[in-house]
Amino acid sequence: MSLLSVRDLTVSFPTSDGVVRAVRGLSFDVEAGQTLGIVGETGSGKSVSALSLLGLNPGADVSGSALFEGKELLALGPEQLRAVRGAEIAMIFQDPLSSLHPYYRVGWQICEAIRTHRRTSRAEAMRQAVELLRLVSIPQPERRVQSFPHELSGGMRQRAMIAMALALRPKLLIADEPTTALDATVQAQLMELLGGMQRELGMAMIVITHDLGLVATVADSVLVMYAGRGAERADYRTIFHSPHHPYTRGLLASIPGAAGSGGRLVPIVGQPPSLIRIPSGCAFHPRCPFAMDVCVRDQPPFVPVSGGEGHLSACWLPPDVVGVDAAADAARQRFVEGRRGPAIARLRAAISGARARGGVAHV
Amino acid sequence: MSLSPFDVGSAALVADEDQSLEALDAGRAIEGRSPLRLAFARLRSDRIAWLAAGMIVLMALLAVVAPVLSALTGHSPYNPDLVNGTDSFGQPYGPGQAGFLLGTDNVGRDILVRVAYGARISLLVGVLATLLATVGGTILGLVSGYYGGWIDALLARMMDAVLSFPYVLAAIVLAAVFGGSLPLTIGVIAFFSWAAIGRIVRGQTLSQKEKEYVEAARSIGAGSFRIMFVDILPNLIAPVIVLGTLLVPVAVVFEATLDYLGVGVGPPTPTWGNMLADDQGSAGFGAWWFWVFPSVALLITTLGFNLLGDSVRDALDPRTERLFANRRKKVVVGGGPDASARADTDRLSGGTEAR
Amino acid sequence: MSEAATPVNPASNEPTLAAAPAGDRPLLQLENVVKHFPIRRGIFFKRQIGRVQAVEGVSLEVRRGETLGLVGETGCGKSTLARCITRLHPLTSGRVIFDGVDITRLSAGQLRPYRRRMQMIFQDPFGSLNPRRRVGSIIGDPLAIHGIADGGERKRQVQELMEVVGLNPEHYNRFPSEFSGGQRQRIGVARALALRPSLIVCDEPVSALDVSVQAQIINLLEDLQGEFGLTYVFIAHDLAVVEHVSDRVAVMYLGKIVEMADTAELFGSPRHPYTAALLSASMVADPEKARSSHRVVLYGDVPSPINPPSGCRFHTRCPKAQPLCSVEEPPLRVQAGDPGGHLTACHFPVAPGEQLVGAEPAISAAVTEFVATSPGAGEEETV
Repeated sequence: MSLLSVRDLTVSFPTSDGVVRAVRGLSFDVEAGQTLGIVGETGSGKSVSALSLLGLNPGADVSGSALFEGKELLALGPEQLRAVRGAEIAMIFQDPLSSLHPYYRVGWQICEAIRTHRRTSRAEAMRQAVELLRLVSIPQPERRVQSFPHELSGGMRQRAMIAMALALRPKLLIADEPTTALDATVQAQLMELLGGMQRELGMAMIVITHDLGLVATVADSVLVMYAGRGAERADYRTIFHSPHHPYTRGLLASIPGAAGSGGRLVPIVGQPPSLIRIPSGCAFHPRCPFAMDVCVRDQPPFVPVSGGEGHLSACWLPPDVVGVDAAADAARQRFVEGRRGPAIARLRAAISGARARGGVAHV
Repeated sequence: MSLSPFDVGSAALVADEDQSLEALDAGRAIEGRSPLRLAFARLRSDRIAWLAAGMIVLMALLAVVAPVLSALTGHSPYNPDLVNGTDSFGQPYGPGQAGFLLGTDNVGRDILVRVAYGARISLLVGVLATLLATVGGTILGLVSGYYGGWIDALLARMMDAVLSFPYVLAAIVLAAVFGGSLPLTIGVIAFFSWAAIGRIVRGQTLSQKEKEYVEAARSIGAGSFRIMFVDILPNLIAPVIVLGTLLVPVAVVFEATLDYLGVGVGPPTPTWGNMLADDQGSAGFGAWWFWVFPSVALLITTLGFNLLGDSVRDALDPRTERLFANRRKKVVVGGGPDASARADTDRLSGGTEAR
Repeated sequence: MSEAATPVNPASNEPTLAAAPAGDRPLLQLENVVKHFPIRRGIFFKRQIGRVQAVEGVSLEVRRGETLGLVGETGCGKSTLARCITRLHPLTSGRVIFDGVDITRLSAGQLRPYRRRMQMIFQDPFGSLNPRRRVGSIIGDPLAIHGIADGGERKRQVQELMEVVGLNPEHYNRFPSEFSGGQRQRIGVARALALRPSLIVCDEPVSALDVSVQAQIINLLEDLQGEFGLTYVFIAHDLAVVEHVSDRVAVMYLGKIVEMADTAELFGSPRHPYTAALLSASMVADPEKARSSHRVVLYGDVPSPINPPSGCRFHTRCPKAQPLCSVEEPPLRVQAGDPGGHLTACHFPVAPGEQLVGAEPAISAAVTEFVATSPGAGEEETV
């Protein structure tokens, strides 16, 4: 059984302009000791879904199911959730200053994190805090426990936050954009540290990021999100070498140095959609070069495709067309021919209508 | 240029990289709504703002129709009228008596007419002095914050000095030297008010000038004057409007104070301040209408501007603004949950729970 | 011919700029550029209590039509250097020579004609556009300031620019808040393009953008370079992006250039240990490369630019550091066996094929120890 099994998670926020449907039926599993990378752009719902699991989205309507070691997280009361947070599921954020209280010393904060969940003497907790800081390779940890967060450099703060998150040896660590604000060398340090901790503690990780490079480096399996839904899910090799979904395919073509990119980058057209007015059918269809009539009409199911074991994709293209090479694209194209009817014609008309003035095409 | 196979046959849909979706997605395009226009729209949906505007309009109407009132009733605001304005014992009429809606004062003048004339002075002084103070304070605050260095040191200390000066004392001295008059009153009030605006504008300028758009303006060769007044100033409009609105009631009360002390516009011009001062002796006499009506007028005016100021602030507040902005989806999706996450991190880590 | 072509003071150990005829003379030359920011205390009489050595003696040249990538981590001085080039910061010392003319000490008025030819694109598509002004006037600003076009003519030119960068000219009257990040960055590009400059300094132009949008802007910049014959100084911390767009790359560490070479050369055989570590640390979106490559993990943080280390500034974190490194600063020069354009400032450059080892024992050893010494999670009670 999976450590965490999320089914049909839906999160929406009522706002004055309408309901923001941040997550729309997301399902995924995290196995013990494994790393799941969740990739997506701004507004894909990747952070919101993780926060919802821990009840950290006040004001949101959350439905679905999230079983963590057989416990239904979404049914837990605030007190029960608190017992889970930190002790069993810990979370680290992009901005360490958001997790560290500015007016308390780092050591004290780690002590409190430990003592909230475990019956430990203050002295013992402080000893552990020093050990933890040493563990995350903060120099002179005996002195650093006495520091305030602002006295630490960005990388050190991030490490202090990791120390705090790991203090209780959680079974699952959710890292939300853990390295986005950091430099490459510091990022490498942290990922090595997290990787080491994970191996030793047998901890599972969810790494939420927009950075495909990070995912390529650390993830065992990858979930690509688009507009609040899973677009594609597979082991890391399949995602990078045999993707099925045109969005994944497009991401790879638009990143310099990515597995499937050629000389010139090929951007995905347009912008991610508004989560208040989500396009009909497949939410990606207005940006998809392989959009067919069915894509405008019906939302594709998240079903197995042929990239490998456990490869799922939500796309109307045939399940056996995977890959990033010309042959795969040609196969996609062949399938699409003849399946573009009035709906696609309307789409094109709308585009050319908006652009009647003409313009520079960057193709 | 090497075309990736990803392009195959997709040219029609890839025709444009950016706006195609924009056009589809936002079928109803919103054309250039300025931040101030958006704020105004918000203001219009605020009931308190309507109430406040009603109060201000009421007082303004009163000021406008003051001569009409005087002509219609035949009651002069200035001249005592012991014949028609007092009863056979020489006592003033109470409200509603002998055709005096708000009664008369102890020399027989119609209080309604005098309150209406007082509104003219109060609003004139309040608005004009505030306008002067706002313009002056904004310019000096901008200059101070933008240039920094010794200019800033000088101007900032000047603002501190003005703000800590016992202004009533200064006003009394000035009136004693030059004699009270309307322009002097306006001048004195403006002089003692600009520093409040100047200080805020200076602070805002200090933060605005670090923004990248200022650097961008400099990189295209914009001079200091242009950066201050074309680039930075529009970003200060919101706080300046709020402060300005809130400064009007202060100026109105200031004016009333000066007049009450007899160093303002001065008799025979009726002002709420000198009406209160005149009627002071009569309060114990039981003629409550002497002081109640000018006070109520003063209250309505100051309350109106204060409420309006609060509403304007709410309408212009950048946080509420973001919720309403066109691109809000990003904020709601990215910012909203993030913000809550931040607030919850303490709980998450248990870090500061024991506090 | 101005003094531009005079060689740099040889004592500075910097590469010598060859005298060249105007035609193929570099568009931009930096000679020993130094930028310190004083740290002051006090209200009235501000005493200087220290200085941030943001840029410390940078010399380089940018050829016409090329893209010079500038990479480095936070605090390495790359953004400060960009602002020194565009004269947004006055230099502490050194010279900036633009198209043969020393613009270092020009007054604001004298600088104006050069401002026209030298523009900047900023990182933050939200902060770099004035939120209270309409897009049309933001893009039209350069035209107004330099008195190039007015009224209807300005509007026509602005709309043309919007068209060129792929914006809808009908959105002329909109405010920046009504555009997405990618579109805002296009507005920034249009503004930089308005004066038809020869040089555009791009300060992290795509770092703040979504992945799928980054490529749109990179392609746009590439197209414009071809179309208008632009020269770019392209600053980024994302090595993959820099590798993609640059002809040559300079790597900065703590205010100094540690290595500079043609892109393929630098990425193929980095000689400076810092470059090698940086390259190995960057996470490529290709699982095989990302996982097979030997990762050199540097320990500790970048030292403070207020008190930079002595000798070679990298010696505190360098896996190859020797006693000499903390004493003597290595000059930026061509190392034995390298092609002429490949400069490295290192006493003990990385040999081709050499594998660097991290400066401290691997972290996993510490983790193992932690797990072994502290009580197991199971024994502890949960409150």
